Amino acid sequence: MDHEEVHVSSYASLAKVLVALLILTTISVLATGWHLGPITAAVALVIASIKVGTVITYFMHMKFESLFLKLLVTGVFFIFALVIIITFIDYLLR
Amino acid sequence: MTHPDNNSDHMDSQTGKFGMWIFLFTELFLFGGLFLVYAVFRANYSEDFHKAARELNAFIGTLNTVFLLVSSMTVAMSLTAIQKKQKNLALFLVLTTLFLAALFMLNKYFEWSHKFHFKLYPGSEVLKNLARGELLFFGLYFMMTGLHALHVLVGMVLLSINIVKIQTRRITSQNYLLLENSALYWHLVDLIWIFLFPLLYLIT
Repeated sequence: MDHEEVHVSSYASLAKVLVALLILTTISVLATGWHLGPITAAVALVIASIKVGTVITYFMHMKFESLFLKLLVTGVFFIFALVIIITFIDYLLR
Repeated sequence: MTHPDNNSDHMDSQTGKFGMWIFLFTELFLFGGLFLVYAVFRANYSEDFHKAARELNAFIGTLNTVFLLVSSMTVAMSLTAIQKKQKNLALFLVLTTLFLAALFMLNKYFEWSHKFHFKLYPGSEVLKNLARGELLFFGLYFMMTGLHALHVLVGMVLLSINIVKIQTRRITSQNYLLLENSALYWHLVDLIWIFLFPLLYLIT
Protein backbone atom coordinates (compact mmCIF):
# COMPACT_ATOMS: atom_id res chain seq x y z
CA MET A 1 0.00 0.00 0.00
CA ASP A 2 1.34 3.42 -0.86
CA HIS A 3 -0.57 5.02 1.96
CA GLU A 4 1.27 8.30 2.57
CA GLU A 5 1.65 9.83 5.98
CA VAL A 6 -0.39 13.01 6.24
CA HIS A 7 1.73 16.01 7.16
CA VAL A 8 0.44 17.92 10.16
CA SER A 9 1.50 21.58 10.39
CA SER A 10 2.68 22.53 13.86
CA TYR A 11 1.02 25.42 15.71
CA ALA A 12 4.37 27.15 16.09
CA SER A 13 5.12 27.06 12.37
CA LEU A 14 1.68 28.50 11.53
CA ALA A 15 2.19 31.26 14.10
CA LYS A 16 5.56 32.09 12.54
CA VAL A 17 3.92 32.36 9.13
CA LEU A 18 1.39 34.81 10.57
CA VAL A 19 4.18 36.96 12.02
CA ALA A 20 5.88 37.03 8.61
CA LEU A 21 2.59 38.05 6.94
CA LEU A 22 2.01 40.82 9.48
CA ILE A 23 5.53 42.15 8.95
CA LEU A 24 4.95 42.20 5.18
CA THR A 25 1.65 44.04 5.73
CA THR A 26 3.44 46.62 7.86
CA ILE A 27 6.07 47.13 5.15
CA SER A 28 3.31 47.49 2.57
CA VAL A 29 1.54 50.18 4.65
CA LEU A 30 4.78 52.02 5.47
CA ALA A 31 5.87 51.93 1.82
CA THR A 32 3.04 54.34 0.93
CA GLY A 33 4.92 57.00 2.88
CA TRP A 34 8.21 56.52 1.03
CA HIS A 35 7.13 58.50 -2.07
CA LEU A 36 8.44 55.94 -4.50
CA GLY A 37 6.62 57.56 -7.39
CA PRO A 38 5.95 55.35 -10.39
CA ILE A 39 7.17 52.14 -8.75
CA THR A 40 4.75 52.44 -5.79
CA ALA A 41 2.23 50.10 -7.42
CA ALA A 42 4.98 47.66 -8.40
CA VAL A 43 6.30 47.54 -4.82
CA ALA A 44 2.79 46.96 -3.45
CA LEU A 45 2.17 44.17 -5.96
CA VAL A 46 5.51 42.48 -5.27
CA ILE A 47 4.82 42.49 -1.51
CA ALA A 48 1.27 41.21 -2.13
CA SER A 49 2.65 38.42 -4.33
CA ILE A 50 5.12 37.35 -1.64
CA LYS A 51 2.24 37.27 0.87
CA VAL A 52 0.06 35.23 -1.49
CA GLY A 53 2.93 32.80 -2.08
CA THR A 54 3.43 32.43 1.67
CA VAL A 55 -0.27 31.78 2.32
CA ILE A 56 -0.46 29.17 -0.45
CA THR A 57 2.76 27.43 0.61
CA TYR A 58 2.10 27.15 4.34
CA PHE A 59 -1.54 27.95 5.23
CA MET A 60 -2.88 26.16 2.15
CA HIS A 61 -0.37 23.41 2.79
CA MET A 62 0.99 23.37 -0.76
CA LYS A 63 4.51 22.60 0.43
CA PHE A 64 3.35 19.19 1.59
CA GLU A 65 0.98 18.28 -1.24
CA SER A 66 1.56 15.83 -4.08
CA LEU A 67 3.76 16.81 -7.01
CA PHE A 68 0.65 16.68 -9.20
CA LEU A 69 -1.19 19.32 -7.17
CA LYS A 70 1.97 21.44 -6.90
CA LEU A 71 2.45 21.47 -10.67
CA LEU A 72 -1.25 22.14 -11.24
CA VAL A 73 -1.40 25.12 -8.88
CA THR A 74 1.90 26.57 -10.09
CA GLY A 75 0.78 26.13 -13.70
CA VAL A 76 -2.61 27.75 -13.25
CA PHE A 77 -1.15 30.72 -11.34
CA PHE A 78 1.44 31.10 -14.08
CA ILE A 79 -1.26 31.13 -16.79
CA PHE A 80 -3.32 33.52 -14.65
CA ALA A 81 -0.39 35.95 -14.40
CA LEU A 82 0.24 35.65 -18.15
CA VAL A 83 -3.41 36.37 -18.99
CA ILE A 84 -3.39 39.48 -16.80
CA ILE A 85 0.02 40.78 -17.90
CA ILE A 86 -0.34 40.08 -21.63
CA THR A 87 -3.84 41.57 -21.81
CA PHE A 88 -2.66 44.65 -19.94
CA ILE A 89 0.42 45.10 -22.14
CA ASP A 90 -1.76 44.60 -25.21
CA TYR A 91 -4.03 47.38 -23.94
CA LEU A 92 -1.14 49.76 -23.18
CA LEU A 93 0.50 49.32 -26.59
CA ARG A 94 -2.63 49.82 -28.65
CA MET B 1 -0.77 -3.22 8.07
CA THR B 2 -2.97 -0.67 6.38
CA HIS B 3 -6.62 -1.43 6.06
CA PRO B 4 -7.71 -1.25 2.39
CA ASP B 5 -10.45 1.25 3.33
CA ASN B 6 -7.88 3.67 4.71
CA ASN B 7 -6.28 3.90 1.32
CA SER B 8 -9.53 4.52 -0.49
CA ASP B 9 -10.38 7.21 2.09
CA HIS B 10 -7.04 8.77 1.36
CA MET B 11 -7.80 8.73 -2.38
CA ASP B 12 -11.21 10.31 -1.75
CA SER B 13 -9.58 13.04 0.26
CA GLN B 14 -7.05 13.68 -2.52
CA THR B 15 -9.79 13.83 -5.13
CA GLY B 16 -11.93 16.08 -2.97
CA LYS B 17 -9.07 18.48 -2.47
CA PHE B 18 -8.29 18.42 -6.19
CA GLY B 19 -11.90 19.37 -6.96
CA MET B 20 -11.73 22.22 -4.47
CA TRP B 21 -8.61 23.60 -6.14
CA ILE B 22 -10.33 23.51 -9.55
CA PHE B 23 -13.13 25.58 -8.03
CA LEU B 24 -10.63 28.00 -6.48
CA PHE B 25 -9.09 28.50 -9.94
CA THR B 26 -12.45 29.64 -11.31
CA GLU B 27 -12.71 32.08 -8.41
CA LEU B 28 -9.24 33.34 -9.22
CA PHE B 29 -10.22 34.15 -12.79
CA LEU B 30 -13.49 35.75 -11.64
CA PHE B 31 -11.56 38.28 -9.58
CA GLY B 32 -8.78 38.38 -12.16
CA GLY B 33 -11.18 39.96 -14.66
CA LEU B 34 -11.96 42.71 -12.18
CA PHE B 35 -8.26 43.26 -11.45
CA LEU B 36 -7.67 43.67 -15.17
CA VAL B 37 -10.46 46.25 -15.48
CA TYR B 38 -8.95 48.03 -12.50
CA ALA B 39 -5.46 48.03 -14.06
CA VAL B 40 -6.71 49.46 -17.36
CA PHE B 41 -8.79 52.25 -15.81
CA ARG B 42 -6.09 53.08 -13.33
CA ALA B 43 -3.61 53.47 -16.19
CA ASN B 44 -6.13 55.76 -17.90
CA TYR B 45 -7.29 57.80 -14.91
CA SER B 46 -4.29 57.69 -12.62
CA GLU B 47 -4.94 61.13 -11.04
CA ASP B 48 -8.63 60.46 -10.41
CA PHE B 49 -7.87 57.08 -8.84
CA HIS B 50 -5.41 58.65 -6.41
CA LYS B 51 -7.88 61.38 -5.53
CA ALA B 52 -10.79 58.97 -5.03
CA ALA B 53 -8.70 56.54 -2.97
CA ARG B 54 -8.14 59.30 -0.42
CA GLU B 55 -11.81 58.83 0.53
CA LEU B 56 -10.99 55.33 1.74
CA ASN B 57 -9.88 54.77 5.29
CA ALA B 58 -6.49 53.03 5.16
CA PHE B 59 -6.74 52.29 8.90
CA ILE B 60 -9.95 50.28 8.49
CA GLY B 61 -8.39 48.54 5.50
CA THR B 62 -5.28 47.62 7.49
CA LEU B 63 -7.36 46.43 10.44
CA ASN B 64 -9.40 44.20 8.14
CA THR B 65 -6.20 42.84 6.61
CA VAL B 66 -5.00 41.86 10.09
CA PHE B 67 -8.37 40.23 10.91
CA LEU B 68 -8.21 38.12 7.76
CA LEU B 69 -4.56 37.15 8.21
CA VAL B 70 -5.11 36.06 11.82
CA SER B 71 -8.29 34.19 10.84
CA SER B 72 -6.36 32.40 8.11
CA MET B 73 -3.92 31.20 10.75
CA THR B 74 -6.66 30.07 13.16
CA VAL B 75 -8.46 28.08 10.47
CA ALA B 76 -5.16 26.44 9.45
CA MET B 77 -4.54 25.64 13.13
CA SER B 78 -8.02 24.13 13.48
CA LEU B 79 -7.02 21.55 10.87
CA THR B 80 -3.92 20.73 12.91
CA ALA B 81 -6.09 20.39 16.02
CA ILE B 82 -8.51 18.01 14.28
CA GLN B 83 -5.62 15.92 12.96
CA LYS B 84 -4.22 15.74 16.50
CA LYS B 85 -7.67 14.71 17.81
CA GLN B 86 -7.97 17.91 19.90
CA LYS B 87 -11.67 18.41 19.32
CA ASN B 88 -12.31 21.28 21.72
CA LEU B 89 -9.31 23.22 20.53
CA ALA B 90 -10.42 22.72 16.92
CA LEU B 91 -13.88 23.98 17.84
CA PHE B 92 -12.41 27.01 19.58
CA LEU B 93 -10.18 27.81 16.59
CA VAL B 94 -13.00 27.60 14.03
CA LEU B 95 -15.17 29.76 16.33
CA THR B 96 -12.34 32.30 16.54
CA THR B 97 -12.12 32.31 12.74
CA LEU B 98 -15.87 32.92 12.53
CA PHE B 99 -15.60 35.71 15.10
CA LEU B 100 -12.80 37.41 13.12
CA ALA B 101 -14.87 37.08 9.95
CA ALA B 102 -17.75 38.79 11.77
CA LEU B 103 -15.41 41.59 12.86
CA PHE B 104 -14.32 42.00 9.25
CA MET B 105 -17.95 42.32 8.12
CA LEU B 106 -18.74 44.74 10.96
CA ASN B 107 -15.84 46.90 9.87
CA LYS B 108 -17.05 46.70 6.27
CA TYR B 109 -20.53 47.71 7.43
CA PHE B 110 -19.22 50.84 9.16
CA GLU B 111 -17.01 51.63 6.20
CA TRP B 112 -19.82 51.38 3.66
CA SER B 113 -22.30 53.20 5.96
CA HIS B 114 -19.84 56.04 6.15
CA LYS B 115 -19.69 56.18 2.32
CA PHE B 116 -23.47 56.00 2.05
CA HIS B 117 -23.77 58.81 4.58
CA PHE B 118 -21.84 61.05 2.18
CA LYS B 119 -24.08 59.81 -0.63
CA LEU B 120 -21.27 57.77 -2.11
CA TYR B 121 -22.98 54.68 -3.48
CA PRO B 122 -23.51 53.27 -6.96
CA GLY B 123 -26.03 55.38 -8.85
CA SER B 124 -26.06 58.30 -6.39
CA GLU B 125 -26.17 61.91 -7.63
CA VAL B 126 -22.91 62.75 -5.82
CA LEU B 127 -21.11 59.89 -7.51
CA LYS B 128 -22.50 60.78 -10.94
CA ASN B 129 -21.12 64.30 -10.64
CA LEU B 130 -17.60 63.16 -9.82
CA ALA B 131 -14.86 63.04 -12.43
CA ARG B 132 -15.09 60.02 -14.69
CA GLY B 133 -12.06 58.30 -13.19
CA GLU B 134 -13.34 58.77 -9.63
CA LEU B 135 -16.69 57.35 -10.64
CA LEU B 136 -14.91 54.32 -12.10
CA PHE B 137 -12.79 53.94 -8.96
CA PHE B 138 -15.83 53.87 -6.70
CA GLY B 139 -17.64 51.54 -9.09
CA LEU B 140 -14.72 49.12 -8.89
CA TYR B 141 -14.37 49.65 -5.15
CA PHE B 142 -17.98 48.69 -4.45
CA MET B 143 -17.94 45.83 -6.95
CA MET B 144 -14.66 44.31 -5.78
CA THR B 145 -15.10 44.73 -2.03
CA GLY B 146 -18.79 43.76 -2.38
CA LEU B 147 -18.01 40.55 -4.25
CA HIS B 148 -15.27 39.85 -1.73
CA ALA B 149 -17.64 40.49 1.20
CA LEU B 150 -20.10 38.06 -0.39
CA HIS B 151 -17.33 35.46 -0.30
CA VAL B 152 -16.69 36.27 3.36
CA LEU B 153 -20.38 35.62 4.07
CA VAL B 154 -20.28 32.29 2.22
CA GLY B 155 -17.13 31.44 4.19
CA MET B 156 -18.95 32.24 7.44
CA VAL B 157 -21.75 29.83 6.50
CA LEU B 158 -19.16 27.14 5.71
CA LEU B 159 -17.37 27.73 9.01
CA SER B 160 -20.67 27.47 10.90
CA ILE B 161 -21.43 24.12 9.23
CA ASN B 162 -17.97 22.94 10.28
CA ILE B 163 -18.58 23.98 13.88
CA VAL B 164 -21.78 21.92 14.01
CA LYS B 165 -20.10 18.92 12.37
CA ILE B 166 -17.08 19.03 14.69
CA GLN B 167 -19.38 19.31 17.68
CA THR B 168 -21.46 16.32 16.57
CA ARG B 169 -18.30 14.37 15.69
CA ARG B 170 -19.09 14.17 11.99
CA ILE B 171 -15.70 15.79 11.37
CA THR B 172 -13.00 13.73 13.06
CA SER B 173 -9.28 13.08 12.78
CA GLN B 174 -10.14 10.38 10.21
CA ASN B 175 -12.63 12.39 8.19
CA TYR B 176 -11.96 16.10 7.84
CA LEU B 177 -12.17 16.84 4.13
CA LEU B 178 -14.95 19.40 4.65
CA LEU B 179 -12.85 21.34 7.14
CA GLU B 180 -9.83 21.09 4.86
CA ASN B 181 -11.74 22.42 1.85
CA SER B 182 -13.50 25.12 3.88
CA ALA B 183 -10.09 26.21 5.12
CA LEU B 184 -8.83 26.36 1.51
CA TYR B 185 -11.84 28.51 0.61
CA TRP B 186 -11.20 30.76 3.57
CA HIS B 187 -7.55 31.17 2.55
CA LEU B 188 -8.71 32.19 -0.94
CA VAL B 189 -10.85 34.92 0.61
CA ASP B 190 -7.69 36.06 2.36
CA LEU B 191 -5.62 35.86 -0.85
CA ILE B 192 -8.03 38.10 -2.74
CA TRP B 193 -8.04 40.64 0.05
CA ILE B 194 -4.22 40.66 0.06
CA PHE B 195 -4.41 42.08 -3.48
CA LEU B 196 -7.49 44.28 -2.98
CA PHE B 197 -6.05 46.03 0.05
CA PRO B 198 -3.00 47.72 -1.54
CA LEU B 199 -4.78 48.34 -4.85
CA LEU B 200 -7.73 50.15 -3.28
CA TYR B 201 -6.50 51.54 0.03
CA LEU B 202 -2.81 52.20 -0.40
CA ILE B 203 -2.58 54.17 -3.64
CA THR B 204 -2.79 57.71 -2.28
